[in-house]
This record gives sequence, structure tokens and C-alpha cells, in this order.
Amino acid sequence: MAGATYFLPRDLHPGAWWLWALGLAVGASRTTNPWLLLTILAVACYVVVARRTDAPWAMAFRMYLYLGALIVTFRVLFRIIFGGAEGSTIILRLPEIPLPAWAAGIRLLGDVSAESVLGGLYDGLRLATMVICLGAANALANPKRLLKAMPSALYEVGTAVIVAMSVFPQLAESVVRVRQARKLRGGHGGKRFHALRAVVIPVLADALDRSLRLAASMDSRGYGRAGVVAARTRLVTGTLMIVGLIGVCVGVYATLDGSTPRYLAAPVLFSGVVVALIGFRTAGARVKRSRYRPERWQLAEVVVAASGIGVAVAMFATSSVDPTNLNPSLVTLSWPMLSWLPLGGVLLGLVPAFLTPLPQPELERVPA
Amino acid sequence: MIDLDGVSFWYHGQPEPVLFDITLSIGESELVLLAGQTGAGKSTLLGTINGLVPHFTGGHLEGSVSVAGVSTRSGPPREFAHLVGMVGQDPLAGFVTDTVEEELAYGMEQLGVAPPVMRRRVEETLDLLGIAELRRRALRTLSGGQQQRVAIGSVLTMHPRVLVLDEPTSALDPTAAEDVLATLARLVHDLGTTVVLAEHRMERVIPFADRMLYVPGDGSVRDGTPAEVLRETPVAPPIVELGRLAGWDPLPMTVRDARKQAGPLRSRLPEKPDHTSAVVGEPLLSSSGVVVRYGQTVAVRGVDLDLRAREILAIMGRNGSGKSSLLWALQGSGPRQGGTVQVDGADPKALPSARARKLVGLVPQTASDLLYLETVADECAAADLEAGAEPGSCEALLARLAPGIAADRHPRDLSEGQRLALVLAVQLSAAPRVMLLDEPTRGLDYTAKASLARIVTSLAAEGRAVTIATHDVEFVATVAQRVIVMAEGEIVSDGPTAEVLTGSPAFATQVAKILGGGWLTVSEVAAALPRVLR
Repeated sequence: MAGATYFLPRDLHPGAWWLWALGLAVGASRTTNPWLLLTILAVACYVVVARRTDAPWAMAFRMYLYLGALIVTFRVLFRIIFGGAEGSTIILRLPEIPLPAWAAGIRLLGDVSAESVLGGLYDGLRLATMVICLGAANALANPKRLLKAMPSALYEVGTAVIVAMSVFPQLAESVVRVRQARKLRGGHGGKRFHALRAVVIPVLADALDRSLRLAASMDSRGYGRAGVVAARTRLVTGTLMIVGLIGVCVGVYATLDGSTPRYLAAPVLFSGVVVALIGFRTAGARVKRSRYRPERWQLAEVVVAASGIGVAVAMFATSSVDPTNLNPSLVTLSWPMLSWLPLGGVLLGLVPAFLTPLPQPELERVPA
Repeated sequence: MIDLDGVSFWYHGQPEPVLFDITLSIGESELVLLAGQTGAGKSTLLGTINGLVPHFTGGHLEGSVSVAGVSTRSGPPREFAHLVGMVGQDPLAGFVTDTVEEELAYGMEQLGVAPPVMRRRVEETLDLLGIAELRRRALRTLSGGQQQRVAIGSVLTMHPRVLVLDEPTSALDPTAAEDVLATLARLVHDLGTTVVLAEHRMERVIPFADRMLYVPGDGSVRDGTPAEVLRETPVAPPIVELGRLAGWDPLPMTVRDARKQAGPLRSRLPEKPDHTSAVVGEPLLSSSGVVVRYGQTVAVRGVDLDLRAREILAIMGRNGSGKSSLLWALQGSGPRQGGTVQVDGADPKALPSARARKLVGLVPQTASDLLYLETVADECAAADLEAGAEPGSCEALLARLAPGIAADRHPRDLSEGQRLALVLAVQLSAAPRVMLLDEPTRGLDYTAKASLARIVTSLAAEGRAVTIATHDVEFVATVAQRVIVMAEGEIVSDGPTAEVLTGSPAFATQVAKILGGGWLTVSEVAAALPRVLR
């Protein structure tokens, strides 16, 4: 089935990209080795560059990179400002600012040791890598398609979110338009409140008109066509959902609170989830609706997801074999080492850059 | 296909019914034009067909409406989605998704059509409407005509037996409107769809229509072929008015029909119409090299334009040709990256907006953006205050422009034409000598257009320079002395109305198409005919 059609351009299932990115992020969470972290970063960036479209959300990847840099800088700065003297290798002697007695335990400036700065750097790098991995998922998976891939019981919620997402640009547009129009009328005739009202009222009236028209259009196009649902079915679904949710609540509480009997913890949580899922399914089953070009889980998706999960598994496996390599010691300072096994594991994450189809060319954005 | 039996409809709290005891039946694959003045009940009648009236709007409906044998009383509009496709006035407001392909599929998803069938129908519809190359485009980036065709497509994919459209061409330029109408005609011929459409600009639709319903506004409906109905309607497209004037029988419905009968009339007319118009005065606004850019897109490309006193100038051109941008730049509120604008020795862009509007007034495309108070009287009082005019001057202006608007009415409850008059009065209270109007004829019926024509003519006669951006050829022929046509931000033709309008088939009025020889409007012909013949 694969063969010739495998590499034809198409958009992959957004879930596959999320699995891949989460795998990388989990892998990153297992290590503080800067070489490994930087490799994971490089892998994520390379795949993003190779497989992203030029849609706005894909272009936002740069923002995640900035955010990562910010995280690292802050971590290191904090170590320098708030007491960085653990360890013996002092690299910077700053005058310590004396603080009153009530602030005991907090140190401002003072000696800075290489160990604590390095600790901050490793820690920050790990967090930054995880954030950037999530950014990569965001850049590669179309958020709207992710919404579309939601289970059918949540269809209404998904539609509401999509409509809301398209309302914001419209609202912004009408604010701009009305403010311009306001200028035509000479701007301010009085107090500031007056001016605000002159913008807000037309914008809201416009938004209300629009939403009424949208509602009429959706209604006449069959939105919410439930078909006939027997009262009994409704009752059953409702009961299932509520019982399930109560079970989940009790289970979560019991799991977190050690003093409750153990049989209220895992068993109740698990059965609650099962009951709620059954309720979900019955709710979804009564919805007679179909999907245009549904997202399909094909071989390429499996490859993407497997490569991400592979990275996570490799990091877990090496941590039991060779833990010191993953978390370089901060007690005895040394150049962090890199062994072949985790490096190979991380490089597994590069697979999607080569073994997936290219994304569909993006829509032209030139206004007609 | 559609059967109305004794249908009456009241909105809550209103004594007069909008529709009263209407019985009619529309057959399969008919194209029906619904005409009538604003507020006469066109939209209400359309809404009854799929149950939006009264399920969505409220009100009280008597009698029964059924489509393909199913009564709309039996369920909400969504249960009729597979039978009746409804396309609203503003296609953009009705879009649910954001790309063309998804929008076409949306209705089918709701109906639960199987994915392979959906895929096939989307492709068929893309081809049928000639929008295949737009399939992955974002809906917001499409032009008005393209959006309208996508909106039609989005209901067509559900294979409805009936298609209902509310003013599908009112916001479109003549070429785009023709595209949309040709598409509809094709649906009627190829698929046997029944099409019911309401439209103010009857002249565009009549050549395609099999049948015409006219709502005079008293709750009744006149039903018949267009030729029958138009024989006595108070408003009619120019082609019919010309036919009435010349006493043609049967009344011509298409330019081709009219041409066949036009021979005798042509021979009675003098060689050339008398186009000597009022003497235009000195330039009030002069601009040169105006450039407007939005990022990479150039909207206005170095335009030189003088607006002269006592002259009505019409700016025409397809959607997106830079008409609005030019008006906003001339007024000074919009962006302008280059060139100069001089009014009364000053550049309105450099002045504070309160001073700029005393030089140049602008009524924007969505005129209601300017209104924000609860009553007409409040708006007028605020306008006097903002303009620094004598108290009561805006009200006086309004009384002159559109007499008989109650001062305690809410501006949003006014008809399009009345609201336009109110905004015009608000803008005129600052007493600018240059008045710019952006698409004022949008959504106006013949009566409202005639009174707008009266208003702008009197404004020009008082010594103002009036500039109107519009698609409406007939309106331009009635009021304008000079026309410029814009394309891609440049002026491509500029000259007296008669010259520009007769020069190109896209901008020729119906009378020009029938008679040729520089004749533009029915009133010109009427004035030129020897008195005995009239």
C-alpha cells in the first residue's frame, strides 16, 4: 500500500506530530547533559525546518526559540543574583548585599561558584528544550486540524472554538473600521467615556448582527441536526457520564490523599474513567455526522510517532544503564561526557525529517 | 416544489401583517425573482421557505408552507437543510470554517454524508461554480463575487431541491454579478434546481427569471411572468421604463428583445442627446501623485484628481480597484504614503480630524459605523456639538434630506436609505464643501436611490463638490457629470459620463445598450422626444 504514494505531499495527522514532540520532551526531561539537550534541540529544529508550512502558527516557532533563550538566561542570572555559592570553585566574587534578619535564607549576590552557574545552565537548558519541543509540535501540526480530530461527542465544543477563533480577527477588523469612522465624525465631542462608547457600541452592534447571521446560516445548513434521540438513551448517557465523573473525582482525591483507604484510589479512578468513556462513546454514537477528509492514521504517522516514542524509550533505557552520563556531576566538575547509546537514541528523532511526505503547499495569501 | 397556502405573518407587537393571506405555488426548476421595496417583506417571505421565519425570527405565522411536500411547521430550519439551501445577504458573515474546501463540505458533514460522496460532490461543485483554483484559499482573502459563489456552493453540496438567495449581487460589481447570475441560471438548466432570489437591482436578474413575485408592501404578492408583473409596478428597471415610454408591447425583458423593437423610437430621436450640463466651478480639492499602500499591496498608484465645485464625480471600477482607499486618502483619515492633497490651501491629513471634516466629509461604506446613540434626535444633537454647528442644524439638514423621520426612532431601526440620509446629515453639519460617498447605493431600492439622486444633485447645486464611488451604472448615469474608472489603483479612464459609460460594454447602461448614440437614461429620452409622442 505504501510504495509510490507514501511520499506524496500531504499533511500528517496532527496527533502524530504531538506524540513525536512529547517523546522528545520526555526524553529531554530525563537528562541534564548539555550535549544531549543541544542534540535534541537541533533535532527538533531540523525537523521543523524540514517539514513545516508557512502558515502563521508554523512561523511562530521562532517565538519558542526566543522563549527558550529567555528561560536559560533567567535561570543563570537567578543563580548569580540569589546565592550561587554551592560548591568550591568560586569564579566570581561579588559584594554581598546585607539583608535584614527577616529575610534570612535569602542571599543577594555574593560569591558565585562554577557549580551553581552550571547547575542553572543545565536546568534551564532542560526546561528550554522541553518548551521548544512543544513549540515544534505547534509548528508542525495545524491547530485547527487538531480540533477537527476531536471525538465526535466534543464536536460542538470544537465548532464553538473554531467559530470563536474566526471571530477575533473580525472583531479586531471592526474596531479598526469604527475607529477610523469615528475620526470622520471629528473624533472627540466630549468626555473620554463618550469616545469609548462611540467605538464600543457600533462594534458590539456589528458583532451581534454578525453572530445572528452566522447562527441563521448554521441553522439553515443543518448544524445541530440531532435526529431523534429516545429519552431513554439520553438518560443512560447522562447517568453514565455523571457516575463516571464522580468516580474520577473520588479516585483522584484518594490517590492524592494518603490517608483514604487504598481501594478508593486506583480502582475507583480506573473504573470511573472507564464508565465516563463509555458514556462518551454512547454520546458520540448518536451523533449522525461525518467528516470531510478525515485525518487518517497511516504508515507515515506511525513512523513519526514511533520515532518520538523511540527517543523517550532510549533515554529511559540508558538512564538505568549509565545514569552519570545523563546527569553530569555538579560535585566534581568535569567536562560532560557523551556516550553513543543516548546520542543514537536522540538521533532517532530525526527520522521524520527524511521518512515523511512533505506538507501540502500552503494556501496563497495574496488578497484577490 | 414550494407551496404557500393562506400564509400570513405578523411580527410580535405590530398590528399590520407583513404578509397577508398569500397562496402560491412554485414549480420545479423555476427561477423566481422576488422584488419590492425595502421593508416590504421580501426577506420574510424568503425566510418562510426554510422555516427561519418563524422558527428563528419569532413572530406569528398562519397558514402552511411546504417544500417538496414537507411542512416547515414540522421542524426547525436545520431539518430542511437537505431540501432548501439558503444564502444570506453577506456571504462572509455566514461562513463557518475558513477555507473554501472545508466550507463546501460543512453542510454535508452536518447531514452525515459518507466521506467518499462528500469528496466527489466537493469536486463537482468546485467545477460547477468555476472556483476550483480557489479550493485551498482562505475565505477572507476572496473577492466579493468569489465569496458569493462559495456561499452558493456551500449549500449546493447538500443537493438541495430549492435554492433561496437574499440579494446575492447587491455588493458586487457588474461583471461579478453577471458571473453569479450565470451560475444560477446554469443550476436551473442543468440540475433542475428551483431558485428563488430577492434582488433590488431587477435589471440584472430579469433576463434570467421565468417568473416574478412583487411585494408592494401591503402584505399581498403580485405573481406572474416578469413582463406581466412589470406592466404596472411603481418601480421598474430602465429597460421596462423605456418600453412603457415607447409603448412597446409586449414589454421587452432583455436588451436583445428591446433592440428589435427600438428601430422606430431611434428614428424619432434627435441625432445626439443634449448633454450640456450645469457649469462646473473652480477646483475645491486638488490632489496629485496620491499613493496608498498596505504593506506590499499598492492600493492607489499615483493618482492625480481635481474635485470641482458643482460637479458630481463618480468613481467606478471592480471591487478592490482602490476606490475606497482613494476616498479615504483624499479625506485625510486614511493612510497616504505619497502625493499631495490640497483643500482650501491646507492638507486635510495634516489637520486634526475635527478640522479636516470641515473641509472634506466622507460617508464610509458601512455608514452605520458612525452612529452610536439611541435616538435620531440624540445623534443630531451630538453631531451639532461635534461639528460646532448651531444647535438644530443637523436636524434641519436631515429634515431636508429625508423628511418624516421620527426623532425618537433608533438609528438601527431605520431603513438603509434613511440611515444613509442620517449619516449624510451628520457629516454635512460640519459644512464641508467637498463630500465623498463610498458605495452609498448598496442595499438601496429604486425609490431610495431616486431620493439619493435628488439629494446629491441638490448638494452639488449648492456649490459643493460631490464624489461617489459606486458600481451602480444606472445611478451614475442619472447623477454624475464626470466619471473616472479605476483599475489596480490607477485611473484608466476619465471623462464626461456619456463618453465613459457608452465607451465600454461593461459600464453601458441598459438604455445605451438598446439605443446607442450616447443615450444613457430614460429621462433623457423622454425629454428629447417630441411632446406629441409622449
